[in-house]
Amino acid sequence: MALAGDGGGGGLKTPQTSLASRLLGLNWALVLLVTMLAAIGFAMLVSAANGSFEPWAWRQAVRFAVGLCVAIVVALIDLRFWLRWAYLFYGGALLLLLAVEIIGTTGMGAQRWIDFELFNLQPSEVMKVALVLALARYFHSRRPEEMRRPMVLAMPLALIGLPAGLVLQQPDLGTAIMLLLAAGTLLVLAGVHWWMLGALVALTAAAAPIAWQFLHDYQRRRLLIFLDPENDPLGAGYHILQSKIALGSGGLFGKGYLAGTQSHLSFLPERHTDFIFTMLAEETGLVGGAVLLLLYGIVFVYGVAIALGSQNQFGRLLAYGMTTTMFLYVFINVAMVTGLVPVVGVPLPLISFGGTATVTVMVAIGLILCVHANRDLAIGRHGEEG
Amino acid sequence: MKRQNANSRRRFNRRVAVLGTGKLALMALLGSRLYYLQVVEAPRYRVLADENRINLNLLAPPRGRILDRFGIELARNRQNYRLVIVPEQARETVAVLDSLTNFIPLKAGERQRILSEIARRRPFVPITVREHLSWWEVAEIEVNAPYLPGISIDEGRLRQYPQAASLAHVLGYVAAVASEELTGDPLLELPNFRIGKNGVEKFHDLSLRGRAGSQQVEVNAHGRIIRELSRSEGNPGADVQLTLDQGLQTFATDRLAAESAAAVVLDVADGAVLTLASTPSFDPNLFNQGLTHQQWRELVDNPRAPLINKTISGQYPPGSTFKLAVAVAALESGVLGAGYNVYCPGHMELGNRRFHCWKRGGHGRLGMVEALAQSCDVYFYDIALKVGIKRIAETAHKLGLGNRLSIDLPSEADGLIPTPAWKLANWGSKWHQGETLNTGIGQGFVLTTPLQLAVMCARIANGGLAIAPRLTQAVRKSDGDDLTPPPSPPPKLDIPARALAIVREGMSSVVNHRRGTAYAARIENEAWAMAGKTGTSQVRRISKAERDAGITRNEDRPWKHRDHALFVGFAPLHAPRYACAVVVEHGGGGSTVAAPMVRDILAEAQRRDSAREPLTPPAVAAADDRKA
Repeated sequence: MALAGDGGGGGLKTPQTSLASRLLGLNWALVLLVTMLAAIGFAMLVSAANGSFEPWAWRQAVRFAVGLCVAIVVALIDLRFWLRWAYLFYGGALLLLLAVEIIGTTGMGAQRWIDFELFNLQPSEVMKVALVLALARYFHSRRPEEMRRPMVLAMPLALIGLPAGLVLQQPDLGTAIMLLLAAGTLLVLAGVHWWMLGALVALTAAAAPIAWQFLHDYQRRRLLIFLDPENDPLGAGYHILQSKIALGSGGLFGKGYLAGTQSHLSFLPERHTDFIFTMLAEETGLVGGAVLLLLYGIVFVYGVAIALGSQNQFGRLLAYGMTTTMFLYVFINVAMVTGLVPVVGVPLPLISFGGTATVTVMVAIGLILCVHANRDLAIGRHGEEG
Repeated sequence: MKRQNANSRRRFNRRVAVLGTGKLALMALLGSRLYYLQVVEAPRYRVLADENRINLNLLAPPRGRILDRFGIELARNRQNYRLVIVPEQARETVAVLDSLTNFIPLKAGERQRILSEIARRRPFVPITVREHLSWWEVAEIEVNAPYLPGISIDEGRLRQYPQAASLAHVLGYVAAVASEELTGDPLLELPNFRIGKNGVEKFHDLSLRGRAGSQQVEVNAHGRIIRELSRSEGNPGADVQLTLDQGLQTFATDRLAAESAAAVVLDVADGAVLTLASTPSFDPNLFNQGLTHQQWRELVDNPRAPLINKTISGQYPPGSTFKLAVAVAALESGVLGAGYNVYCPGHMELGNRRFHCWKRGGHGRLGMVEALAQSCDVYFYDIALKVGIKRIAETAHKLGLGNRLSIDLPSEADGLIPTPAWKLANWGSKWHQGETLNTGIGQGFVLTTPLQLAVMCARIANGGLAIAPRLTQAVRKSDGDDLTPPPSPPPKLDIPARALAIVREGMSSVVNHRRGTAYAARIENEAWAMAGKTGTSQVRRISKAERDAGITRNEDRPWKHRDHALFVGFAPLHAPRYACAVVVEHGGGGSTVAAPMVRDILAEAQRRDSAREPLTPPAVAAADDRKA
């Protein structure tokens, strides 16, 4: 896979390279792709506001600009910094999750936010990044012979189980599922034996009925209605049905920008957040929806290629883990609005209106860029130069 | 170290290949899902999207007018100016209502209703503040519109009956549709739609209603109308022109005045109904604006039954007016000749019962004409026995009594002409000769409606033409189509002209002979002279005890027990054109109470002579009259 950037051989990299050359060395093609996606997002937010930059598009543009700066700063920091501080970040994220249990603000019937004066922080979003960092660090440091023992999974299971349980308590089913799937992907890539993975899956399946007991009524209802949404057209199935009508009536080429009847006559709920993909596909049709998915696909291919091109296990796991997190956002959101999975409240990254998800995704992009910038770095098991 | 790294990297690459394939498959799944929804299922969802956003609204057509024979509006649509407030545009609804009070005072209860309705409805739904604004109030609101944000005047239609009470029974009224009246016609489900509940409004409801137009609008998820997509105008309801003469109707109603009475005037040539008056009446406009419970109770509990159209629904013993039918039956059967006469000693013995004449001392010997003129009961006891009940019933039916006449109005009553077969079927007992005697003077079981009496009189007056009463002159749609059924010439009854002529002579003597029962009520103008027959029908048998105590005078009995006063008559005497019947419930004597009323009504009918005036076709339905 040909990638932008220099392809210099495996020599030692000095961290003292100038800031300018490090900036130039970033994978700007990926940055461009991400910016294109964000631009599509602005256009859709303008449409959601009936052709106005207020109240959403303008604010989202500012957030994206901030996110882009964060991503570049993250990318310019030495990869070993992220390795060394990975557990600390994780610990911090876990504390925030505990804090949200105690002082969190209730939104949409679930405790999700901590209300700082300037912004609302969603610790579960922070955890999406911190968990991948912690797992990547853990598996980076394991010797091959350790990987054969089942006990090697004890620590990761704790790392995964604590935040997943806390998020389920909130309850935020979508985020819990995303945490589990992203972590599972890392276990696979880290080289955990298939039989151990199989046992884990079996264990999780056995635990599912117990988890069902802990689900809230509205979450159970959403899962049940998912099976036959048209049975309950005015209740919880209304969202999915209206979304499918919007998509289907959009047809191949769509109804035209600003001309989606389902979206603009308010039949489609949450058209600027969770259901923004529906509005896009209603107004631009199958063609527009497919182009958007293709752009995301290219971003994922870049992420995977960067993971494959990394000389160190931490970078490989981190880049792939971050790519997986983005993939899960996109897949769950689009599968949700097309009626393939229940409505679990996952936004479409870079397109949906919303600060936290944008920042999470931009940090993920920053980390992928960072892995790419440090692809030739050999890192010892505990973060020393190898 | 290097080797370890290379190992884990190879394993990593292998597993990336596996997971990457999985992700590719999931992305392909999304793509195919989109294809399925947006291409395969697209037609179905396009329909559903249109059903979401497009609403079909019905546009109620204006109701047709009802006109009299000269085109005078009897029922029309008036603009109903409604004051409405749209909370969303008013913003400060309380403040706006406060400033509105400067122009239109609102009661506390009214204000409370408006505010609670505002709280209940969506902010863009107009809330009615006040209906039936006067023209002056409308002007004042419009001038001050800048200070009343969100307040506007909405024009609705209101059925209006300019003649108010005098035509209430004929026209009926309109009111909201009851659930059992729904027929599937979507018009009936419109919230403000009114249908005819009685009278002409009910009989011609379908013609008056018209055809609904429709309007396609785009609405959002909250039901707010975004824009109109298309509109098709319906057809306004057809105008119904009646044979009634509004002027004569008003005159008759006023003449009946405070009595509980009914008056019918027919054109004897073709059965056209010129007047159909029933008192006491009510104001049908009240029904439109909503009756209070108290008003409703007063109408229902009134013993004089203001809600009943007595001309067609009231059934009364015809009393001596029935002697006309008995006389015709006797003459046409040939049982007795014109010279037949009877001696009246004041009573007649049948078996061991004594039947009294109304004149205690008796009339002495008299023939048919004198017997009619003086209304001798004994004479008619005698000939009723000779003719027999069956032939009397046959002739009564021929003259229009005892059967529905199919006038174009709802709730017409049958009346009753008894026969032995009827009695056996309904009472399970044999017919007695005494009952024939009672029937001979219009008492006993016989019941007739005022309309039937008028028809009998008309058929005698016109020489035996079987005219049927009709009220509808024409039904004309707004586009000029005439829905009126073609009139058919009345058939001739098989009654010898001679028989009718003798009866008419008797009727003339009633009024114009100085010994006639209604001589006091004659029309002195020779050209307008009338003929007729009095009737005083007992509501209740006078008991032996009362007779002994001397309580035979009407005025001594409670209203409910007093006699009905009746009179039927026609004019002019020698070329009959108008037939009139009046029944005054518990009014006393036919000659003293009913005959003068008929005299006045027939005089007025001839003065107006509207039957000979050409009918005026109705003017094109004017845009609703603002000055109204």
